[in-house]
Amino acid sequence: MSDATVTLVVLASVTYALKAAGPLVLSGRMLPSRASRLVSLLPVPLLAALIVTSTVANDEAWTLDARLVGLAAAAVALWRRLPFVAVVLVAGGATAAARAIGG
Amino acid sequence: MPLPSPRAAIHRQALSIAVAVGPFGVAFGIAAQRAGLRAIDAVGFSALVFTGSAQFAAVSTLGAGGGAIAAITAGVLLNLRSLAFGIAMAPDLAGPWWQRGLMCQLMIDESTAVGTAQRETRWRRYGYLCAGIGVFVVWNLTTLVGSVLSSDADSLTHDLGIDATIPAAFLALLWPRLADRTSRAIAVVGAAVAFGLVPIAPAGIPIIAAALAVVLDGRLAKSP
Repeated sequence: MSDATVTLVVLASVTYALKAAGPLVLSGRMLPSRASRLVSLLPVPLLAALIVTSTVANDEAWTLDARLVGLAAAAVALWRRLPFVAVVLVAGGATAAARAIGG
Repeated sequence: MPLPSPRAAIHRQALSIAVAVGPFGVAFGIAAQRAGLRAIDAVGFSALVFTGSAQFAAVSTLGAGGGAIAAITAGVLLNLRSLAFGIAMAPDLAGPWWQRGLMCQLMIDESTAVGTAQRETRWRRYGYLCAGIGVFVVWNLTTLVGSVLSSDADSLTHDLGIDATIPAAFLALLWPRLADRTSRAIAVVGAAVAFGLVPIAPAGIPIIAAALAVVLDGRLAKSP
């Protein structure tokens, strides 16, 4: 099997187990409050890291390019409380414009 | 007098969220194609894994040559939060085991957000199902669209700035979680750890290492 198929099968199985654990198994019981607090915080550093890697990582090197302009535009759009679709479109548009101007 | 039915409001929330994930689904299809995945694998991820950010993490790790173990680890770490969602939604998803089993596949950020925003149990369940099913349909269709766009889509992706929509979507998902000081500090430290590790660690490791920033929780809370 290819890496992609192995990843798909294993990740889908583990993800389903995580999704179903609460309603199917734990229902009525609770995680210790400290553990459940840390689990609920996990998306914060993970999403922050994903923003970094999807903006500046290129294999094992930094690549600083027009995606940074798009990310900055997205931050302004979020600060102005634009909806999700608009934020994504603003980021794409700003990056496209920066590339058109910068050649 | 009974409370007014929130049915119409739930439909609006679910529909706008389902539409909003459309471009993200296309972006995932493109990302999968760029990582060398076949369209059937891309849609397989969207139907069977069905958690946006973990799919991106796994596929971009594969595309960067990180291998299956790093890709699975990155995806699983991102999905640990499903455990917390399941604990939050469990009281509202009662029913025969096979019904609960099916409903659990819809356990994502969006369905949990719309569900937990309602006040009564039956509307929490209804909101969860509307948002979950709406996103599932749109997410899979748009993944297919993205994964079969012509292979020239690569330069189009670059010229239209579609590659920048991925970090923007992550930022949009992160943004509402930055309301408190602890979360902001954890986000900054996580980003710094990832940035520092990019040039020295294999793909996937920077994301996993950044997760350790959650241990800062409770150590920052001393000052107001």
